[in-house]
Amino acid sequence: MSASTPLRVPASSASRASAAPRRRTSLARREAIEGLLYISPFLLGFLIFTAYPMVASAYLSLTKYNIITPPQWIGLDNYVEAFTKDKLFGSSLDKTARFAVMNVLFGVLGSLGAALLLNQRFPGTTVFRTFFFLPSITPVIASALLWTWIYQPTIGLLNYLLGLVGIEGPAWLQSSTWAIPSLVIISLWGSIGGSRMIVFLAGLQGVPQEMYEAAEIDGAGAWSKFRHITLPLISPTMFFNVVLAIIGSLSVFSLAYIATGGGPNYATYFYVYHLFKNAFEYSRMGYAAAMAWLFFLIVLVLTLLQFRLSKRWVYYAGGDNPEGASDGR
Amino acid sequence: MAASAVALPALRSTRALRTLRRGVVFYLGVGLLTVFFFGPFLWTVLSSLKEASEITTFPPTLFPKVPHFENYPYTWNKVPFLRFYMNSAVVTGLAMLGQTTTATLVAYGFARFRFPLKGFFFMLVMSTLMVPWEVTIVPSFLLFKFLGWLDTLAPLIVPHWFGGGPFFIFLMRQFFLTIPRDFDEAAKIDGAGSFRVLWEILVPLCRPAITTVAIFSFLFHWNAFIEPLIFLNTPEKFTISLGLRYFQTSPMEAGEPKDHLLMAGTVIMAAPCVLLFFAAQRYFVKGIVLSGLKG
Repeated sequence: MSASTPLRVPASSASRASAAPRRRTSLARREAIEGLLYISPFLLGFLIFTAYPMVASAYLSLTKYNIITPPQWIGLDNYVEAFTKDKLFGSSLDKTARFAVMNVLFGVLGSLGAALLLNQRFPGTTVFRTFFFLPSITPVIASALLWTWIYQPTIGLLNYLLGLVGIEGPAWLQSSTWAIPSLVIISLWGSIGGSRMIVFLAGLQGVPQEMYEAAEIDGAGAWSKFRHITLPLISPTMFFNVVLAIIGSLSVFSLAYIATGGGPNYATYFYVYHLFKNAFEYSRMGYAAAMAWLFFLIVLVLTLLQFRLSKRWVYYAGGDNPEGASDGR
Repeated sequence: MAASAVALPALRSTRALRTLRRGVVFYLGVGLLTVFFFGPFLWTVLSSLKEASEITTFPPTLFPKVPHFENYPYTWNKVPFLRFYMNSAVVTGLAMLGQTTTATLVAYGFARFRFPLKGFFFMLVMSTLMVPWEVTIVPSFLLFKFLGWLDTLAPLIVPHWFGGGPFFIFLMRQFFLTIPRDFDEAAKIDGAGSFRVLWEILVPLCRPAITTVAIFSFLFHWNAFIEPLIFLNTPEKFTISLGLRYFQTSPMEAGEPKDHLLMAGTVIMAAPCVLLFFAAQRYFVKGIVLSGLKG
């Protein structure tokens, strides 16, 4: 309340020259306290649900802990086990990488393609956008169930449709070669038309129309317009989408848990699945914590690598730094 | 003069041809994608109305011979769907409230106040994007076990009362930054404290952004699968996604066929999301653009 009466100078103040700065610092302090108070839910949450668990899991990763008996210090044994003894560690990492590569590549290209289509501004665009978006709000359990059933090898819809054009469809989720691609298709179904496409669409709409017109006058074709105007101008959007797609793809778990149970023959037994089983089925909390930390390091390294590489291909208009452009002041 | 009069229609017709070609490509493309995206939905809804024997006939039929709407009440009562729905409603409602209010408060702090380490704290917010849930799940589980919260709805609600996550904080902050500070200053001169400025001036102006956060939060919690799977054990506590999983894996008496009922259950579960989406479509697009584009 005192802050709202700046005009009344206290009569007791010795001199105006010394009162003004003091008032300014007390105002600044008050602002700082209020600001910190407003962000305190985040700070508390960060300490309780991010910082503490990360430190705790670093400690647990150096122990053997089955919840019932107290943690027992075993040094780096969990990490050694992961890299030397546990065959499923390597294999689950390999399956995850396969899934992620396909999912990121087709997912990002698919979203971009869909966005380019919708950016044509033909009648009906909004309706189509709705159809495209719908799968992305479908619960993972629902999409896994409905696709499991479309994939059914003998009576499923997909193989029936393939049969109509003379293709004998594989056993999809029940085939160890096709299980990962099948899950990728479910995942693409649920992500191509979702927020990633909308972000691309917004990026495309931010490209000034005059640039295309200028290029047309110079005789540029559709491809060279895309290559030399669209792509550079949407590269920040592309970067954002790729980073998020990679993090999301590496976390794949629920789909496999519901649709395949990690099978057949561990074909879809992904990294997080292995982590989940160790933690909550085998009660190997120490080993699961070690896996969690390794996972974090993988995500961190990949993301930092992206930021490093982005300097080569991401173009920020006007040469501004990206933060400055988004800050609005 | 004569030359241009001849050239102009020719030019116009090639342009019309090009537009036509683009149109064909467009409608062919979106048509195929619509089949891919919407087909499975249609298939599921239609199948949920079939009778058990129709599900396994080959070749598959698109439409049920007679629509069996009674599949829905039958499924609803087969497992305690009402219970699951109620649990999900409690979790979704409270977690949504927590995320919208605390994300608004935190974003207000970042958007309008100067304080030491502000840049660092904001970076901290955004860096949590890079900390997947897998990394913190083991100690979080142990913490909830220590608190006696396992097999209760608390672990699905309480953590969402601490700022609501980087996406929502970022989205709200972006929105606050678009509102001129003059509004705040005017209220402050009238003697309003910072909370009144937020509550009476900014929140009404932020309604679209807050609605967007609420909608995404709703979807997130309604659809959540992993957290309930880890924290809940007894079917009475299950949320809807876990309930559907329970229905999928629980055996039926005397080998009663279940596929068509499972489809009905899937529709029952997804219905609120789909309805919400149609009711609030414009917020989706706006919200995503606001939070995503400038990241």
